[in-house]
Amino acid sequence: MLGWELPPHNSGGLGVACYHLAKQLAFKGVSIDFVVPYQADHKIDFMDVHSAIQATPEELQLPGAYDSTCYSCEDSEACEHATPDTLRAQQAHYTKHVEQMVQKTAPDAIHAHDWLTFEAGMRAKELTGKPLIAHVHATEFDRSGEHHGNPLVHEIEYNGLMMADKIIAVSHITKDLIVREYNIPAGKIEVVHNSIDNAALEPIEAANTYIYVEEMKRRGYKVVVSVSRLTVQKGLNYLLEAARRALYIEPKLLFLIAGSGELRDELLERSATFGIAENILFTGFIRGKAWRDAYAIGDIFVMPSVSEPFGLVALEAAGYNNALLLSKQSGVAEVLINKLTYDFWDTQRLADQIVAIAQHDVLRSTLIQEAANEYAKFSWQKAGDKFLEIYRTLKPVEVLV
Amino acid sequence: MSRAIVLYLHVHQPWRIRPYTVFEAGRDHNYFFEPNPRGATNNEAIFKKVAEKSYLPTNQLLLELLHKHPQFRVSFSITGTLIEQMEQWSPEVLQSFKEIFSTGQAELVGETYYHSLSFFYSRFEFVKQVRMHEEKVKSVFGITPQVFRNTEFAYNNDLAHWADKTGYKGILTEGWDPILDWRSPNYVYKPSNAENISLLLKNYRMSDDIGFRFSDKHWREWPLTAEKYVNWINSLDKDQTNINLFMDYETFGEHQWSDTGIFDFLKELPQEFLRHEGNTFMTPSEAIDAFEPVDEIDIPYTITWADTERDLTAWVGNDMQKQAIKLLFELENDILATEDKVLIDDWRRLQISDHTYYMCTKWFKDGDVHAYFSPYESPYDAFIYFMNALRDLKLRVIKHREGV
Repeated sequence: MLGWELPPHNSGGLGVACYHLAKQLAFKGVSIDFVVPYQADHKIDFMDVHSAIQATPEELQLPGAYDSTCYSCEDSEACEHATPDTLRAQQAHYTKHVEQMVQKTAPDAIHAHDWLTFEAGMRAKELTGKPLIAHVHATEFDRSGEHHGNPLVHEIEYNGLMMADKIIAVSHITKDLIVREYNIPAGKIEVVHNSIDNAALEPIEAANTYIYVEEMKRRGYKVVVSVSRLTVQKGLNYLLEAARRALYIEPKLLFLIAGSGELRDELLERSATFGIAENILFTGFIRGKAWRDAYAIGDIFVMPSVSEPFGLVALEAAGYNNALLLSKQSGVAEVLINKLTYDFWDTQRLADQIVAIAQHDVLRSTLIQEAANEYAKFSWQKAGDKFLEIYRTLKPVEVLV
Repeated sequence: MSRAIVLYLHVHQPWRIRPYTVFEAGRDHNYFFEPNPRGATNNEAIFKKVAEKSYLPTNQLLLELLHKHPQFRVSFSITGTLIEQMEQWSPEVLQSFKEIFSTGQAELVGETYYHSLSFFYSRFEFVKQVRMHEEKVKSVFGITPQVFRNTEFAYNNDLAHWADKTGYKGILTEGWDPILDWRSPNYVYKPSNAENISLLLKNYRMSDDIGFRFSDKHWREWPLTAEKYVNWINSLDKDQTNINLFMDYETFGEHQWSDTGIFDFLKELPQEFLRHEGNTFMTPSEAIDAFEPVDEIDIPYTITWADTERDLTAWVGNDMQKQAIKLLFELENDILATEDKVLIDDWRRLQISDHTYYMCTKWFKDGDVHAYFSPYESPYDAFIYFMNALRDLKLRVIKHREGV
């Protein structure tokens, strides 16, 4: 398996999904060699984790698996002895490492997660003739929001998808996008939704991190939480628009915006322009207790993404008892029944829904309870079964002469 | 006919807000005391650094000059927040100011205690802060100010009217070209429609020669000597009476470091200037008593001494600044109703104009004078910490009202 991150060195849901998927497959008897670009102790015993580059995540200063705005196109061949300090250089090292690995021992199948590892996956297939599974957690079209994205990344994605023997999309909207944007035949693409293990969420402690928010809740405020990187993909500008509209009707709302990213300054300024800065709280990047407590303090979880292939955070939010408000452009909406949805651009509707959930206790408690019930039934087991099935149907490709 | 230099130095340190996060709001009400001794917002560390580099050596030099030249004069405005810091961390600096005032050759100019822009947001609060400052300097230095300056030299006709009615004999503000038109700042003026009050306008070119350009090696007048500078003044039109050199006190030793030669310049300036007959130094009050106003100045809109715009946009230009100050002053009635001194003090400390100055985005990318003075990574961080503190304060007011 070729991946770019595993918890706790993940910058988002990609690492979490890879971890749980691999774990599930390992329990079903699959032997996995998982390659990550950096060196770290993951405390994982169910598979072998290999490091492509002998440096810690901090030393590599990985730009994160999602930031496609800062890649430079260095000559990948020339960088062998240089410090791999750009993402492209790191990818070149990664590919070289995978080449050496598969030449020593050929795998039965190659499972590559997202464009970051597609080049390595294609080389491995070329060298071994083994089938390549391209697992799409997000495309450049998603990451770039309503912009065009990086053409180099588009090209790598396209090549990877073309070369793959099978493509896994994390949702139907992602499958549709792959068909629509990359002209890939739909029959080559399987949808396997991400999931969540309900035992995976750590329990909430009694004392919440956000005392101020707690105090305000005691005084009748309702809390809207969003947890995401602050990037164009995540649609937070739309959430602010909706917040302005909602606060006009219902002033007792607080918006807790968790995460960091290049849009923070713009969002801050916008909240001031709208005159609602007092009601919008920015936590910055959070992990651990502060992260759990953000869900715990929330009444309403909003995922305002412009394009969200899956959106694992919504399941976590359900697990921590939030009413869910999801944009229709999110994959997770396909697997959850009890939620409210809206088109990401429809801030009027979003505002209306926020106010409705905040003001109607019955609506809120029903949404919370029903989503929590659904959450309790989720597990990665079904996804694991599907993958085994897919692995079994794949045969090594005959080399054409 | 004599000619005078009116040297006026503004002395101020704010209570910077420490990196106060959303995790602390509601839990910890300490906004201004950064525990990390090396933290960029550690007010004590900054004060002590400036005291050592600027306040102590400059005051010592000024005292020597006052003793040596009976005609030498200097005047100050000292904010209440700085007096608090001197009392807390350096009685030595405070003592040196007292010694300077005891020579009788120095004047103290009045202003708001908290270096705030309250004049534009709450006249009630403004008057209160002016009175607080007056009481503070009376008790510390035994002086009652006769001349007024508003925070950042922010000035308009309304301020003149208020100061006139309050009984001040003069106001200091910026000698900005659009208001002077063809006229020179080197005279005493009178605000239009005022009765007894005079106006002293900063000669910003000659003040900035010292305050900003002194150490600029690309400036064609560099290096600036006292001799050259006095020659400029002597070459002015004969009947120009008063050269108003108004600047930040911290020019000496902090904005211009000791190794630029700024102390030598200050040391030589009185001697060099007084060598020429008819030259003298005056305090603002003396200049106002000595010279009749030559004309009226009409300023219906607000000017300040900052940036090329000379307006309030460095403090309330962008939306973050406007939002912050609006929310702050909206709290006025509720906070005063608590009659809780601790709460009201914190609210007033949040009024220090430096807080919104740090949020200025005007030339954020150029790393200019705004960035030089900011202890934060960006104007956005300044906004975040301010808002967190304000939220916490507001919650405290609510709790107070609830009797918790």
